[in-house]
Amino acid sequence: MKYLHLVLSALLRRKTRTIFTLLSVLAAFLLFGLLDSVRSAFANAGHDIAGVDRLVTVSRISFTLSLPKSLLERIASTPGVAEVSYANWFGGVYQDPKNFFANEAVAANFLDLYPEWQLSPAEREAFRNTRTGAVVGERLARKYQWKLGDKIPLQATIFPQKGGSNAWTFDLVGIFHENDPKQKDQEDVLFFNWDYFDEARAFGNGNVGWYVSRVSDRKMAARVAQAIDMLSVNSDHETKTQTEQAFQASFVSQFGDIGMIVGMIMSAVFFTLILLTGNTMAQAVRERVPEFAVLKTIGFSNRSVLLLVLAESVLLIVLGGAAGLLLAGVAVSALSVSIGGALPMLPVGAPIWARGLAIMVLIGLLVGSLPARRGMRLRIVDALAGR
Amino acid sequence: MNSLVEVSGVSKVYARGREQIEVLHHLDLQIPTGDFVALMGPSGSGKTTLLNLIGGLDVPTDGSITVGGERIDRLSEGALARWRAAHVGFVFQFYNLLPVLTARRNVELPLLLTRLSAAQRRRNADIALELVGLRDRSAHKPGELSGGQQQRVAIARAIVSDPTLLVCDEPTGDLDRQSAAEVLSLLQRLNREHGKTIIMVTHDPKAAEYASHTLHLDKGTLVEHGELPLP
Repeated sequence: MKYLHLVLSALLRRKTRTIFTLLSVLAAFLLFGLLDSVRSAFANAGHDIAGVDRLVTVSRISFTLSLPKSLLERIASTPGVAEVSYANWFGGVYQDPKNFFANEAVAANFLDLYPEWQLSPAEREAFRNTRTGAVVGERLARKYQWKLGDKIPLQATIFPQKGGSNAWTFDLVGIFHENDPKQKDQEDVLFFNWDYFDEARAFGNGNVGWYVSRVSDRKMAARVAQAIDMLSVNSDHETKTQTEQAFQASFVSQFGDIGMIVGMIMSAVFFTLILLTGNTMAQAVRERVPEFAVLKTIGFSNRSVLLLVLAESVLLIVLGGAAGLLLAGVAVSALSVSIGGALPMLPVGAPIWARGLAIMVLIGLLVGSLPARRGMRLRIVDALAGR
Repeated sequence: MNSLVEVSGVSKVYARGREQIEVLHHLDLQIPTGDFVALMGPSGSGKTTLLNLIGGLDVPTDGSITVGGERIDRLSEGALARWRAAHVGFVFQFYNLLPVLTARRNVELPLLLTRLSAAQRRRNADIALELVGLRDRSAHKPGELSGGQQQRVAIARAIVSDPTLLVCDEPTGDLDRQSAAEVLSLLQRLNREHGKTIIMVTHDPKAAEYASHTLHLDKGTLVEHGELPLP
């Protein structure tokens, strides 16, 4: 700590250069914070889901292909299945395409399979009994300032009504609440009655998007999944059943290898940062060769000089990087509110900070190593003589 | 009087490309404790090289150098750095202060290598600045001080850890006559009142008059020893 003022004063020696370098580092780590937030969200998809006893059954060929509703009773009678429900992706747009949120047609008992979603018995009953009824998550209701009794118009993008109209209107009869603060994105969804959907849609009637089953014993989940898939083996609608966690993970993998994409972008960004800050540090040390010679003259060891330069380099990167991650935290919070669930983003929390700090220190050591070596190895008499 | 510095058969050879340049030839020299020696001679005579060897900034190609009873030519680089920190103060022609630090912080630098607390370091730095008459300029940065003041700060830095030996390379070479006189008087006072042994390289005969002895070097060899009347 007693050398801190030496390190800080070295950084403040050329304020403009330091500020621009800090801004470059800040920009790089702002980008890192944002991208790592998205990457983490994709990587964690499904990991925190409460219902580990739920299985999701979709078409083996593609998630987008429908399954016959006739499978319902067969799945329900499969040993180990306690309850089964179904749903269909609707893909409606509220007022403007940029107002993206998930909206799904679900069977009357669908919400029963998700006890973590808190919905009052009266609202649950209203949903069952109202043909055009819809329930939404609390966060979504708050975002669009919906209240019970409101009519919510959605513009269909996939399923027009039989008359050709794309306008679907639902009556808001329930607002559910997710207790787990980590799962608040589960509230960015609107559910409406499948019966209404199936009767009114122009095509695809009698088919469902996916089934959700609750198993009576979670230890039997793998065996039950296998049994469900055996129901339609060698048919034109073969299924793939997996736990909800695995399903979520495979769903997000459809977007590509987010980790690899983020990794490639960040590699390019950090490579540029290393060149930039490496050049800055080299220049800073070159300018101060006589000063390092003086330090060594008065008794600073080679190691002390090496550590001073490395500390300066690491401090420069950590200051800029920490500012970047702080800004990323603010940006992620703001973006999460403004774009809702359109792009999953995890808060810039401890894991992202830990990764970020590790990268900062690594880059700091890397860009400081060559200049530090130069400072360490300089010969005092040559440096003092300006050779 | 005991010798503080004993230089025995010292040669120094530099390689310039394929050429070997012998800067000092089998030089013998003894400097007693508490002496103030001026090293004079033409450019290239080896004055600064000899000063660097005695100050432990460089090692001889041949011969031995003993300072305060310690063979410094045998010390490793790290040990030599520790020895310099404990025993030698350096004053350069161009002051070589760190421009981003205040006078006090510059003077404190050698104390960072000690176990003194921050308060003790600050107190010692203030005492050293007081001694050179710049206590009131302790918060100023070198750029805010005159050349003479900067050199006095450099002297404060050289004495702050109370070294036995001060080595000064042309300490007045960049100063006007009045500032030079002030700096030389200060060095003389440090020698007479505080018992510091001082070896000073200078081109200026007037500066050499402040020393108690003058050594003349020419082509790497001591050519005469002069004992001068005190000014």
